[in-house]
Amino acid sequence: MDLIQISPAQNATGKKYWRSLNELSGTPAFSQWVENEFPGGAEILDPNSRRTMLKLMAASFGMAGLVACRRPDEKILPVSKSAEDVIPGKPMFYATAFVNRGVANGIHVEVHDGRPTKVEGNPMHPNSQGAASALAQASVLSVYDPDRARTVHEGANPTNWAAYDKAVAGLVAGFGAGTGLRILSERTSSPTLLSVKAELLKKYPEAKWAEYDSLDGGHAIAGAEMVFGQRLQPVYHFDRADVILSLDDDFMGEDAASVEATKQFSKKRKVSKPGEPMNRLYLVESRFSITGAMADHRMRIKSGEVLQFTSDLAVEVGAKSSLKVLKPGDATQKWLAAVARDLKANAGKCLVTAGPMQSAQVHALAFLINHTLGNIGTTVTFVKPIFEPAQSIQELAKEIGAGSVKTLVILGGNPAYTAPAELNFASAIAKVPASIYLGAEMDETAAAAKWHLPMTHAMEAWGDARSSDGSATIMQPQIAPLYGGRSAIEVAAQLLDGKPKKGYALVQGYWKSVLPAADADRIWRKGIHDGVVPGSTFAEVKATVNAKAIPEVAAAALSGTELVFLSSNLGDGRFANNAWMQEVPEAMTKLTWDNAAHISPAMARELKVETGGMVKITLGSRSIELPALVTPGQAEGSVALQLGYGRKKIGRVGEGIGVNVGELRTSDGWAFASGASVTAVAGSRELAITQEHHSMREPDMPGRKGEMRPVVREGSLEEYKAHPHFAPEVDHAEEMFDLQGVHDYSKGYQWGMAIDLNLCTGCNACLVACNAENNIPVVGQDQIRRGREMHWIRLDRYYTGTEEDPQAVMQPLGCQQCEAAPCENVCPVAATVHSPEGLNDMAYNRCVGTRYCANNCPYKVRRFNYLDWHKHITPVAEMVHNPDVSVRMRGIMEKCTYCVQRIQEKRIAAKVDGRRPIRDGEIVTACQQTCPTDAIVFGNINDPASAVAKAKAEPRDYTLLKEINTKPRTSFLARLRNPNPELKA
Amino acid sequence: MATTTATLPSITKPLAQELNPSLVTGNLSYHEVTDQVCEIVEGKVHRNWYIGFAISFTIFLMMVGMLGYQLFTGVGVWGNNAPVAWAWDITNFVFWIGIGHAGTLISAVLFLFRQKWRTSINRAAEAMTLFAVACAAIYPVMHTGRPWRTYWLFPVPNLDLNMWQNFRSPLMWDVFAISTYGSVSAVFWYMGLIPDLATLRDRAAVAGDKTRALLYGIFSLGWRFSARHWTNYEKMYLLLAAISTPLVLSVHSIVSFDFATSVIPGWHTTIFPPYFVAGAVFSGFAMVQTLMLVTRWALGLENLITPKHLDNMNKIILATGMIVGYAYATEFFIAWYSANQYERFVFFNRAFGPYWWAYAIMVSCNVLSPQIFWYKPFRTNVMVTFVMSIFVNIGMWFERFVIIASSLHRDFMPSSWGYFKPSYVDICTFIGTFGFFMTLFLLFLRFIPCIALSEVKGAMAAQAHLPGHDPVKGTTPVHAGGHH
Repeated sequence: MDLIQISPAQNATGKKYWRSLNELSGTPAFSQWVENEFPGGAEILDPNSRRTMLKLMAASFGMAGLVACRRPDEKILPVSKSAEDVIPGKPMFYATAFVNRGVANGIHVEVHDGRPTKVEGNPMHPNSQGAASALAQASVLSVYDPDRARTVHEGANPTNWAAYDKAVAGLVAGFGAGTGLRILSERTSSPTLLSVKAELLKKYPEAKWAEYDSLDGGHAIAGAEMVFGQRLQPVYHFDRADVILSLDDDFMGEDAASVEATKQFSKKRKVSKPGEPMNRLYLVESRFSITGAMADHRMRIKSGEVLQFTSDLAVEVGAKSSLKVLKPGDATQKWLAAVARDLKANAGKCLVTAGPMQSAQVHALAFLINHTLGNIGTTVTFVKPIFEPAQSIQELAKEIGAGSVKTLVILGGNPAYTAPAELNFASAIAKVPASIYLGAEMDETAAAAKWHLPMTHAMEAWGDARSSDGSATIMQPQIAPLYGGRSAIEVAAQLLDGKPKKGYALVQGYWKSVLPAADADRIWRKGIHDGVVPGSTFAEVKATVNAKAIPEVAAAALSGTELVFLSSNLGDGRFANNAWMQEVPEAMTKLTWDNAAHISPAMARELKVETGGMVKITLGSRSIELPALVTPGQAEGSVALQLGYGRKKIGRVGEGIGVNVGELRTSDGWAFASGASVTAVAGSRELAITQEHHSMREPDMPGRKGEMRPVVREGSLEEYKAHPHFAPEVDHAEEMFDLQGVHDYSKGYQWGMAIDLNLCTGCNACLVACNAENNIPVVGQDQIRRGREMHWIRLDRYYTGTEEDPQAVMQPLGCQQCEAAPCENVCPVAATVHSPEGLNDMAYNRCVGTRYCANNCPYKVRRFNYLDWHKHITPVAEMVHNPDVSVRMRGIMEKCTYCVQRIQEKRIAAKVDGRRPIRDGEIVTACQQTCPTDAIVFGNINDPASAVAKAKAEPRDYTLLKEINTKPRTSFLARLRNPNPELKA
Repeated sequence: MATTTATLPSITKPLAQELNPSLVTGNLSYHEVTDQVCEIVEGKVHRNWYIGFAISFTIFLMMVGMLGYQLFTGVGVWGNNAPVAWAWDITNFVFWIGIGHAGTLISAVLFLFRQKWRTSINRAAEAMTLFAVACAAIYPVMHTGRPWRTYWLFPVPNLDLNMWQNFRSPLMWDVFAISTYGSVSAVFWYMGLIPDLATLRDRAAVAGDKTRALLYGIFSLGWRFSARHWTNYEKMYLLLAAISTPLVLSVHSIVSFDFATSVIPGWHTTIFPPYFVAGAVFSGFAMVQTLMLVTRWALGLENLITPKHLDNMNKIILATGMIVGYAYATEFFIAWYSANQYERFVFFNRAFGPYWWAYAIMVSCNVLSPQIFWYKPFRTNVMVTFVMSIFVNIGMWFERFVIIASSLHRDFMPSSWGYFKPSYVDICTFIGTFGFFMTLFLLFLRFIPCIALSEVKGAMAAQAHLPGHDPVKGTTPVHAGGHH
């Protein structure tokens, strides 16, 4: 018995991994497997061969300590902070990239004995600068996805690579000039893949290369083409802008390069001393995004009205002379005028950005406005695009419909699920005589294509990609392919002559061919090591503006309800089988394991629905039903729908979770569509939302108006200047005595943390980083509904202001490590005790699980293992666990430890290093490491020179619930906003 | 004590007897009392007993099944969550512990105050204490995440981790309070049983049942009804009563510390110890009433449990009910007076928040309904008393639920507010504890004299000296409490 025999069956029957904990336990095969004496990792990895298993077992005896290693064959280079040679038990860090919609985010991958376990930001990468997004953090779990495609399939029949190689050799022989050959790729910036593309198109001149990305239509480049007459890629420099206007651009949330943007934005957002300046962010959008939560002024309008808004703004700033299209005298106009004045007052150091879902025209107008304000060259520069023009998926579908496509090779991306609905792409694929799909999962496209090839994970294969400014990262594998997959580069290159290719040779071959020959080897090595190829950044392109090329904007009234299609925690759906991302609460709504129709409170009243009530959304002839989610701050008449859910084929985690809103999405209404109708229908669904109360204000009750609770404290920049201590002053100043005596914490290392609420965007990166670092279990939808989520750090989101036009604040809350911890004195078995360094330690082995500590925690940060959350983890998925952190059994309490394992690691390192003191900044907690805003500072509070001591000395530093005398080691720096005085009233 | 209310109409025979305020009615002789009580143990088992036992034992087995399921699956089979990490488990624990209080109060405190009316109910009340403690003890063990490790709560040497418990934790104090309470109650109860067990032994010997004689002989510890034995017995009984008396106050005070020493608004209150003790006595008396009225009906003990007993117990219910009501009011007043935002909110939330219905049930059952006991005919009416006792049991269960769940579900951080809903395992386990309790109680009725013979006879002797009563018939030696 091995797991392989179960898993494909589960693929077939569509078992849901976490929805019910009893599901899997019911299978006798699984129980038997669990009881099996030998874990049988070899069997799992190779489904075919008992002999291979025996070989591997023999090898394991021979190689003793090295059995778990799956290091790639080729030479890969660890970064220098790791040990020079392999020290068992010591992790290695490899620089590579997480590619999001074709854009590289520089990362380090932590590898324990050949297993990637954790993603960290790469501090050497010019764009990510040490930060990583939630998706990048979660990508490591996808390596061990138990439902990944394991073998080549021809139709429904499993076969092997040799069969494919034979078949493709036959196909290639018949390609001729490439007539009828079409390749559909994900949007790619990979220099190697693009060079393979060029070779292919050279060899097969009649062939065409199409690209499709579900979340980015390349409108920015098209907009640049409109206004500059050439395809250019904008590179935004938020760190140079004092005033920013975002036109429906969630640049800190859903944008492919959000980490980079957030990092830059936070540099201008950071205020240390009262009187220091801070940037100002205006934002126009329909749904409430996390960038909207950061905004100083937010205007909610339909996404479809952003074009008119932008056009009027262009007139207002003097970029265009045409007439205004918005109604004069309404609130939007007044707001627009004030914003325009502020932008003009900051000409040259302001920035107008447009979102990827906005049209090329909006982008063109934004570039024009930036040009007029003198921002081009300062806050926005242009470079040669990292993406190349390609055939659109619509044209490809048309050709397939016309029968002119003979061979279709799909390189990832699952177009059968993501393509516009009217293309019926799944059936289009079926029409092609020879269709080959390279995909990591057994997904919708795999079911439609004739050949399905298992794709390697980015951590399993050689590759490369560029960041928006052109900086290239060579992606090195950290683990040999678990299921023997191939990368897009390898599959594409095989089409040249029909012979299998090695990714390493292709990537190295490309780079050696473009790097200066004398220095190629050194640059190649340095590029791999640092995670960025020296000198690969594109040069700035100066271009002349042709304002006339932008079509005039008409005052078009939008009819009906608007639908806006958005990215989600699952990206375009590719993370649907990633349990971490399913369980991450959506940044604003805190919804997990589901998607919903985000509607405004007014629309909810009109439809008489509440959160969870089902609504039917009809657009043209298409309609879907999904639960409503009443979302404060949502634009009136606009419904936000998140893509990536409702997967029909993906695996046990993601199948059947949520609703596929893509069924309403056509090429015409690809980003947003007007003219929809929404009606309430019978039924409701209990949504798994982790935060039920949305305000810091207590609910009103008979005879009592709810009071505000001083949880997240906020002031304006002016207020901070005038009353620097506005935040801590909320608390009563009196000192309280301690009943049980006070420990002397004045000596040695005393760990503490300061979190700058003014910087935190609530992007969830810290939460997922903590998941990976601390082996935090996934509990599933049903258990979240029961209030049993396990995240050690949570991001509390509170709305302030009115229900219609609220502002929002975020607060990351992990264990506060109270010096006088209420949890400690109530534990009968002393399982949670204080360390001399001020940590509230959990002794898991000692815990009997009375849960008294959780009750007595005023911050409610303790997490209890109500059930055995690890019961259904497959041995392959177990490989993602961090060996430095114990996996907790059921029945015990756990919580944030300040990453005590990292503290100990550095303590040992310092000791080995000649008993030197631990340097400030040497210990970096997982949340802190990945934070794109550097909002989290950790260190020794006893050292007045440490960053954390300095942060805590800032006047806006406060602790939560000071009046109950818990003396938390984590403190918060109050939120600031920088409102425009003109708009204040 | 011996006043008459002859003006009330007599409806049925038992009721007419109830209206006689005597503690023992029917003009029984000492021998007849002995016969009547021992008959229950010695005679043919009544069909009702079998029916009752079958039902109780089935429910008990359900509890065993539920606990087994929980043991092998995890506490997650209950509805507990974050923030409500304690819910029905600790509610039921406090509920059962509270119930036990009446037993100790009746047997120890009322003994010291020479309240003769306690004699016919104290045996059963003490048994109830023990069984309630047994039911309560299930929860502290089984509510933990790892019940197989709960022995770590006891200061026993263990090789796993050579360390002491945390004596700062109220849960540790609970361990000592409850184990002390359980053991003292057991000794006290057993002490009181010895003369009656000896009576059973002697009667079995006379009847020629050697097995019974041997078994009761072992447990009666060689009791010979000698004057010396009686003297020692009296002294020991007095001493144990004195030892038990502070426990009536201490156990529930310490249980209340589980909440009072925390930082959670709604728990962090100095009023809790007296409030909990009053509530415990309140609920305990209600449970005694419930049980005794059923036993009285089922076993025909109308002559030994009389309206006078109901009257007295209902007075205590009325008094403690008002103490509890006063505590509810004080909590609200202090919440307002403290000007503490969190404290104010938690009490408003109790009355008007998502758990308003639990609060409403609590107040109507515990504060409003006992007010009918100002009217004596209600106090002495069996049906009214029975219904009221059920009300109080329900109300006091809800009091614990309100304190625990409504305080936890919305505490300091609005982001973490939640709601608790019980699972079917919660419900079945709780119902199962009643099966456990009733199983033990029915076994007790079957094998042990449910009324303290010697003490009742003492009460009869005292009653015989009152005007209007005939001297007691017969010559059986009398437990002569109060005569020397």
